[in-house]
Amino acid sequence: MKRLIRAGVVLAGLALAAALILALVQLPAAVVHLPALVATNLAQSGVEHPVTAVLLNFRGYDTLLEVAVLLLALLTLLALSGGEAPAPVGAADPLLQGLARKALPLIVLSAGYLLWAGAHRPGGAFQAGAVLAAGAVLLQLAGLLPAWAAPRLLLRLGLTLGFFVFLAVAAALLVGGALLRYPPASAGGLIFLIEAGLTLSLGLILAGLFLFVTGRRA
Amino acid sequence: MSAGLLYALAGVLLFVLGAAGAMLLAHLLRKVLAFNVMGSGAFLVLVGLAQREGLADPVPQAMVLTGIVVAVAATALALGLMRALHARTGRTHLTEEVRHD
Amino acid sequence: MSLAFDLLLALALLWSAWRSLATPDLARAVVMFIVFGLLMALAWARLDAPDIALAEAAIGAGLTGALLLDALGALSARRARKGEEA
Repeated sequence: MKRLIRAGVVLAGLALAAALILALVQLPAAVVHLPALVATNLAQSGVEHPVTAVLLNFRGYDTLLEVAVLLLALLTLLALSGGEAPAPVGAADPLLQGLARKALPLIVLSAGYLLWAGAHRPGGAFQAGAVLAAGAVLLQLAGLLPAWAAPRLLLRLGLTLGFFVFLAVAAALLVGGALLRYPPASAGGLIFLIEAGLTLSLGLILAGLFLFVTGRRA
Repeated sequence: MSAGLLYALAGVLLFVLGAAGAMLLAHLLRKVLAFNVMGSGAFLVLVGLAQREGLADPVPQAMVLTGIVVAVAATALALGLMRALHARTGRTHLTEEVRHD
Repeated sequence: MSLAFDLLLALALLWSAWRSLATPDLARAVVMFIVFGLLMALAWARLDAPDIALAEAAIGAGLTGALLLDALGALSARRARKGEEA
C-alpha cells in the first residue's frame, strides 16, 4: 500500500512538472513592464537603488506586514519554550573565542555599511540585520554570549523597535491622505530612519530565532 | 532559452521535488528541508519568469527578499514545534503507523 | 558560454536538493541543504539579483543551516540521554 502511494505521488509530481514546464515555455510576452515603471518613479522615491525603493516605498506596506509576521513567529517560538531555562554556556575554545572577538567589530561595521549602502547599491535593512544576527550566533557558538532566556525590558524594546518606528512613520503620514505616501523631499530621510530601526530589530529577531531555542534542556 | 527561463524551469523541478518530499518523507526534519526546497523553487520561478527577457526586474526581487526572511522565520517555528514534540513524546514522526509498514 | 555555466549551476542545484532529500543520514541531509543554499546564492548572483544573493547566503544558508544543525543536535542529544538512562 505504501509503495502504491509513493508511486502515485511520484507520477502526480512528474505530471505536474510536465504541465508547468509546458506552461512556462509557452508564455506570451509580458504586457506590463514593471522595471520601466520603477525607473520612471525612482527619482521621487528618495533612494537610488530600485530594489530598496520597491521594498520601502512602492511596496512599503508589504514590508511593514512582513516585520509583523516575523514578530509573530518569534512570539510563538517564545510561547513554545514554556519558561525553561537555557543550558549554561559550554566549554570555551580559545581560538574560536579570539576569532569571534576579532570578527565582531568587523561584523558591526559591515552591518552599518550595508544599511547605509542600501540607498545607492545592493544592501539595506534585511542584509544588515542578517549580518548582525550572524554575529550574535557566532558569539553564542564561541561561548561569549549565553543563550537567551525569556526577554526582559531592554530586549523587548529592541525586538519591537523596528516595527513600531515603521508603524509610527506610516501613521504620521496618514494625515497626508494615504498610508506610507512619503513627501518626496523627506522620503530619503524617512526611509533611512525606518531602515535603521529595522536593522536593529531584524538583527535581534533573527538572532532570537536561534538564541531563544538553542541549549534548551529537552 | 534565456538564463531566466532556465532557472524558472529548474525552479519548477525543485518545487515538485520539494512537494513530493514533503508528502513522502516521514521524519519531521526532512519535511522541513522539503518545504524549504519548495520555497526556493517558487522563488526561482518568480524571479526567473519575470526576467526571461533578460532585464533585471526589481519588484519580484523585493518580493523574494521578503519571502526568504519569512521562510527562515517559518523554518525556525517549525523546528521549534518539532523540538517541543520530541521533548514531550520522544517522537520525530507525526504518527506511529509509519513504523509498522 | 554563460548559458553553459547556468545549465551546470541549475543541474548542481537539482542534484544537491535531490541528495539532501534522499540521503538516509540526517546530518548529511542538513549539510547538503546548506550546500544547496550556497548554490542558490550563486544562482541569484547569475540572475542579476545581488540583494537576494546577500540575503540567501546570510539567511538561507547561514541562519537556516545553524537552526537545522542545532535542531539535529537537540534530537540526538536527547536520544543519547535516553540511552544512558534506559
